[in-house]
Amino acid sequence: MDETLTWTGAAGTILNPLLMALVALLVLSLAARLLLALLPGGSEGSIQPDGTLAARRNPSDLAAAATRALLFGLVGVFAAYLVTGLVLPGLPAKGILGAASARFLPVWIALVVTFAVSIVFKRRLGLYGKLFDSPVAMMGFALVMFWVFTAAFAPLIMTHDPLSQVSGMKNVLPGTPVRGVEGTFYLFGGDNLARDVFSRMVAGSTIVIQIAPMATVFAFMVGITLGLPAGYYGGRLDTLLSFLSNLILAFPVILLFYLLVTPEIVASGLPQYIGLVLFLFPLIFLTILINSRLYVKPMLRTVLIGLVTVIGGWLYLSILSSPDTPIDLLPPGPLDPVRMQPNILIVFVSVVFVNAPTVFRIVRGIVLDIKTRDYVAASQTRGEGPWYIMLWEILPNARGPLIVDFCLRIGYTTILLGTLGFFGLGLSPESPDWGSTINAGRRLLSIYAHPAVVPALALMSLVLGLNLLADGLREESLRD
Amino acid sequence: MLLFLGRRVATMVLTALCLTFLVFTLTNLPANLEKLAKSEASARMSDADVESWIERNGYARPLLTRYGEWLGLLPGWTRTEGDVVTGRCVGRGAEGAEIPRRCGILQGDWGTSTVFKAPVAKIIAERLAATGWLMLWVMIVMVPASLVMGVLSGMREGSRLDRGLSVFAIASTATPEYVSGVVLIALLASASTGLSPLLAEWGWIEGKTLFLGTATSALDSGITFWNFGLPVMTIALYGIGYIARMTRASMTEVMTAQYIRTARLKGVSFGNVVMKHALRNALIAPFTVIMLQFPWLLNGVVIVETLFNYKGFGWTLVQAAGNNDIELLLACSVVAVIVVLVTQLVSDIGYVFLNPRIRLA
Repeated sequence: MDETLTWTGAAGTILNPLLMALVALLVLSLAARLLLALLPGGSEGSIQPDGTLAARRNPSDLAAAATRALLFGLVGVFAAYLVTGLVLPGLPAKGILGAASARFLPVWIALVVTFAVSIVFKRRLGLYGKLFDSPVAMMGFALVMFWVFTAAFAPLIMTHDPLSQVSGMKNVLPGTPVRGVEGTFYLFGGDNLARDVFSRMVAGSTIVIQIAPMATVFAFMVGITLGLPAGYYGGRLDTLLSFLSNLILAFPVILLFYLLVTPEIVASGLPQYIGLVLFLFPLIFLTILINSRLYVKPMLRTVLIGLVTVIGGWLYLSILSSPDTPIDLLPPGPLDPVRMQPNILIVFVSVVFVNAPTVFRIVRGIVLDIKTRDYVAASQTRGEGPWYIMLWEILPNARGPLIVDFCLRIGYTTILLGTLGFFGLGLSPESPDWGSTINAGRRLLSIYAHPAVVPALALMSLVLGLNLLADGLREESLRD
Repeated sequence: MLLFLGRRVATMVLTALCLTFLVFTLTNLPANLEKLAKSEASARMSDADVESWIERNGYARPLLTRYGEWLGLLPGWTRTEGDVVTGRCVGRGAEGAEIPRRCGILQGDWGTSTVFKAPVAKIIAERLAATGWLMLWVMIVMVPASLVMGVLSGMREGSRLDRGLSVFAIASTATPEYVSGVVLIALLASASTGLSPLLAEWGWIEGKTLFLGTATSALDSGITFWNFGLPVMTIALYGIGYIARMTRASMTEVMTAQYIRTARLKGVSFGNVVMKHALRNALIAPFTVIMLQFPWLLNGVVIVETLFNYKGFGWTLVQAAGNNDIELLLACSVVAVIVVLVTQLVSDIGYVFLNPRIRLA
């Protein structure tokens, strides 16, 4: 019988006292900074005889330098926990953190490769390359890519099947050895159905990473396709579309979810009908995009639009139709390649539906601003068509704020997905997505915290990464 | 100004009508009515029985008519079988009085909740009062904290303090209520993890946990710091970051304005410039943001009341939606929609009053 793992394993004997000391010093230095900041004075600087300014280091600068050094030290210690986990042999020596870090080996490799390649070629990579000039953006990008790679390598990382239950492992604490199987552990403990919390967290990332970015893309397609003409033409169209978007925005999100995702309404097929409308917009968007650009080359245009219509239309039907629901258009088999589970489709649709009006408002606002610029007037004088101006003159110039909002919105979509899961809407209760797991874990929260805290921290770190990335992008695009 | 107000109010009423009709439609779908029939009469009814129940209780008539009745614009249905009169408004008026012709929300009749077996108006009033206390404390914590944070980080853009506070603000906007709530409970209100076991061991606290993990007791035995602290903190945390960032943006904009530079060059001290010259102008934008935060708070309230089992408005909404309580859910959505629309209106009007540069014809 194996022993229960400790959090830090063999490396902890050296690193734990170090960590304690660093934390204590950090608290002291932060307190010192706070006190010094309240004192009057500061680095005003003095004027020297030759006319230059000289600033002297004052105690508050020293305290700040100490804080920074200590923070780096803390990060170093945490990195050491992870690295020793990779190096030391045997799970008891690795400890829980080390063992988890060892499971994430493919992710670490992928992260290192991504960062190495990106930093080497950063000058040739445009806005993406500029990310690697700002530490905040790099940190955010690292967090986001960590979860993206985790989702991609999930089968390699998981230690157990996220749905299978092992008897005797109900609510066990992190690092408990699995009964009957030598050398395997529930790294982050078991939940109240005796499933492995660590594996469920990893499996949950797959669901989030699959749905959130795609849903945001769809919301942007809808918002852009409607927001461009509303802002550009104005008038009745604008009034009508703005009224509709305000209508949706006036609903509290949770009420909207309850109205869209309850079983009765799902059975009536309403979310699917909404999807029928919403999913049409990417097709419309692409068609108009190609048509306005290649208007002067009718041959190429017709071929491309034909391709978009046929392939896109097929995917459209395939995504929407699922057997035994009101919309059952394609027979199963090779004709229906994209198999989306009905409940995931419904969650997807409702998230797009909630996000699209906000994107519409943002796009409309930007268009209202940009359409008064000289280059738009110039292109109007040149005789360019309205859709060409909207899609190829205005939209590229609106990319800065839109990219920033895109990042933020993926984070917000992740939060919305979690909210749906938290209220047990849409996804099946045993699904390993983070929201449902938090919902399942919260009932026993004050006795066994780990089943709810682990997915909660995972969700927070992903959203934090996206927000940091958006913040870095905003600064870099302002510098442009 | 009057014209502007009139137009805004007209749009508001139209929006409210559209939204309530939408909710009415979605809650009165055939599937919902079938479920209602089964829960009200008997769970093992045949399809024909269900149909006749729906027919007898007036749910089989056109949707628009029923919506009109619910609003109180159209007279309620009645049917006379022998000498027994049944109808929408039967038993809703005063005892012994004549059956009122109309009974809808315009007459102040919100119907009866099927879950709580009580008049909807009474339930909503009680629960709204409970939520009002929660909101009040959230506002008391959230608004000053976020304004101070925003002003501190915005007055010297790019300083260390600014960067530190910005990271905190970003982190707080990345933490939805169901995450911060779970983490706070695990840290402060769990008997096995976090601070409480340590404190209990040292004998610093009497009970098992520092804070209480539920706020249920706040309703029965009064609000205390220990049962209300965590829910309030949870909601406030998510809003603080957002308002602080908006305040910061507005503050940095004001601090780069010409008149601030002039004041500085005249020799006014930095503290005086911030307090007397910048602050007033910098707080116009956050006011709008704070008002527009109400709809968000509503979301937070639903999550937090569910998580901490505090029987307020949000908790009622979840119960109504989860149990197919049509009239209660309708009332909840009316309240929610009105809250959103009124805050929008107030923020628009307040903006005009606070900002003398805006004049409405």
